[in-house]
Amino acid sequence: MSELHFDPAAPLPHLPGHSSGGRLERILRAGKFAVTAELNPPDSADPRDVYDRALVLSEVCDAINATDASGANCHMSSVGICSLLTRAGYAVIMQISCRDRNRIAIQGDVLGAAAMGVQNILCLTGDGVQAGDQPEAKPVFDFDSTSLLKCIRGMRDEGKFLSGRKITVPPRVFLGGAANPFVPPLDHRAIHIGKKIAAGAQFIQTQYCYDVPMLRKFMAKVREQGLHEKAFFLIGVGPLPSSKTARWMRSNVPGVHIPDAVIERMEKSKNEKAEGKQLAIDLIQEIKEIEGVHGIHVMAYRQEEFVNEIIHASGVMKNRQPSRAPRPETPISISA
Amino acid sequence: MYAVRLWSVRHAKGLNRFYKAFERVLVALHPLWNRIGYDKVERPFQVMEQATKGFLFDCQMCGQCALSSTGMSCPMNCPKTLRNGPCGGVRPNGHCEVKPEMKCVWVQGWMGAENMGDLSKIKDVQVQVDNRLKGKSSWLRVVRMEKKVGEFAPKPPKAPPAKKADAAAAPKPAGEGKAA
Ligand code: SF4
Repeated sequence: MSELHFDPAAPLPHLPGHSSGGRLERILRAGKFAVTAELNPPDSADPRDVYDRALVLSEVCDAINATDASGANCHMSSVGICSLLTRAGYAVIMQISCRDRNRIAIQGDVLGAAAMGVQNILCLTGDGVQAGDQPEAKPVFDFDSTSLLKCIRGMRDEGKFLSGRKITVPPRVFLGGAANPFVPPLDHRAIHIGKKIAAGAQFIQTQYCYDVPMLRKFMAKVREQGLHEKAFFLIGVGPLPSSKTARWMRSNVPGVHIPDAVIERMEKSKNEKAEGKQLAIDLIQEIKEIEGVHGIHVMAYRQEEFVNEIIHASGVMKNRQPSRAPRPETPISISA
Repeated sequence: MYAVRLWSVRHAKGLNRFYKAFERVLVALHPLWNRIGYDKVERPFQVMEQATKGFLFDCQMCGQCALSSTGMSCPMNCPKTLRNGPCGGVRPNGHCEVKPEMKCVWVQGWMGAENMGDLSKIKDVQVQVDNRLKGKSSWLRVVRMEKKVGEFAPKPPKAPPAKKADAAAAPKPAGEGKAA
């Protein structure tokens, strides 16, 4: 017997000017400082691995990012994670990378995701296959992140597939793009983001920020073009577990920029792990003061347990409760 | 050739100007192409285009040239074939994430656009490529587009043209997805 009293993935009542029925968009449009966090996808087929991690994160964030084989390493898919999380009422940001699927697969996934209750989609290029555990794979890149944004916006606003065929109920999603203000061409990164915004990005999540002066320069360019009024900027932060990992990350993870000073600070400390945490807190406090920044995006690879502490200590959630996840009485499984 | 490709980006402005003039000549010669037949000139055009653009830009013959919007740096040489700008993996020295020995096509692209002194074109959002055009002449396509020949010819105005084409393409629009 199906005993579904309440659908946790149901959209919130429609608000004028909103493209989704999701919580993240509401928080941002209400002018609150938003927090999103990345869930490390499990290498398992056990839903509990997803739920355990989500529970920790959801206490301190407005939406959980479900990564799509980031770093080109194979894990549970973003669609799979979103399916689990939406049925339990979590707000998710489904990441779509252009690396693994062609336009036919992606448009189908967008409809499926929206039907499951996904309200936010982040469009990414995706790391090259050479960065991952299966470098012999065929890279697809049928879209790039900008053309993907434009395609999904068309599905939502015009109710059409790329072919022009009609979609009877369009996916109501809040669309995001990624930015990396810390790698060349530095002078043009903001213009490039403007292009993504023109193509449909409504929020921007950035790569890890360990270099605040560089971020300031980027945000100045963003403001110059008025982009901070057209999209919401969430800056990526994350605790570094050790100076060794920091060194490894900057030479092995594409697009991660960590200044020497940061690594020295880690090396000089007695407890590197605690220092990494403190560094993240300090960064958040500096970042949140920059004009045009609307929130942070926490990526704590294999350190979810710290996210709570970092958010609380940084004070960004001070005056409000995060739009929490499932109510305890929420029926999670539907037995047929 | 890689070195020539870099040279071309440094001379983006001149090359773009030359190309625009060349394009006008091609368009002006429309009566000639029409007389011979667009199908017949397609192959020689492909060979010519491949030879010149292959030499200058390492052109990959995508059939829908975007060079003037990419600072004369061919985006199909990007290992991810990105057509709207760089990925987030560009190395600190401006080299490519995937091919460390190569300069990022898009760092080059922005340089080219600077050289052209016009950043407006590079801001145009490019849509995903039409894979059916691979190997075809993009020059000829520009002429056909301009002169409204072939697939660009105006559709008969009577019935709603888009619908008609749709109906012709899909045998049973009502039963989509049940083709098998
Ligand atoms: S670094 Fe540049 S050339 Fe390499 S994949 Fe990224 S955008 Fe393409």
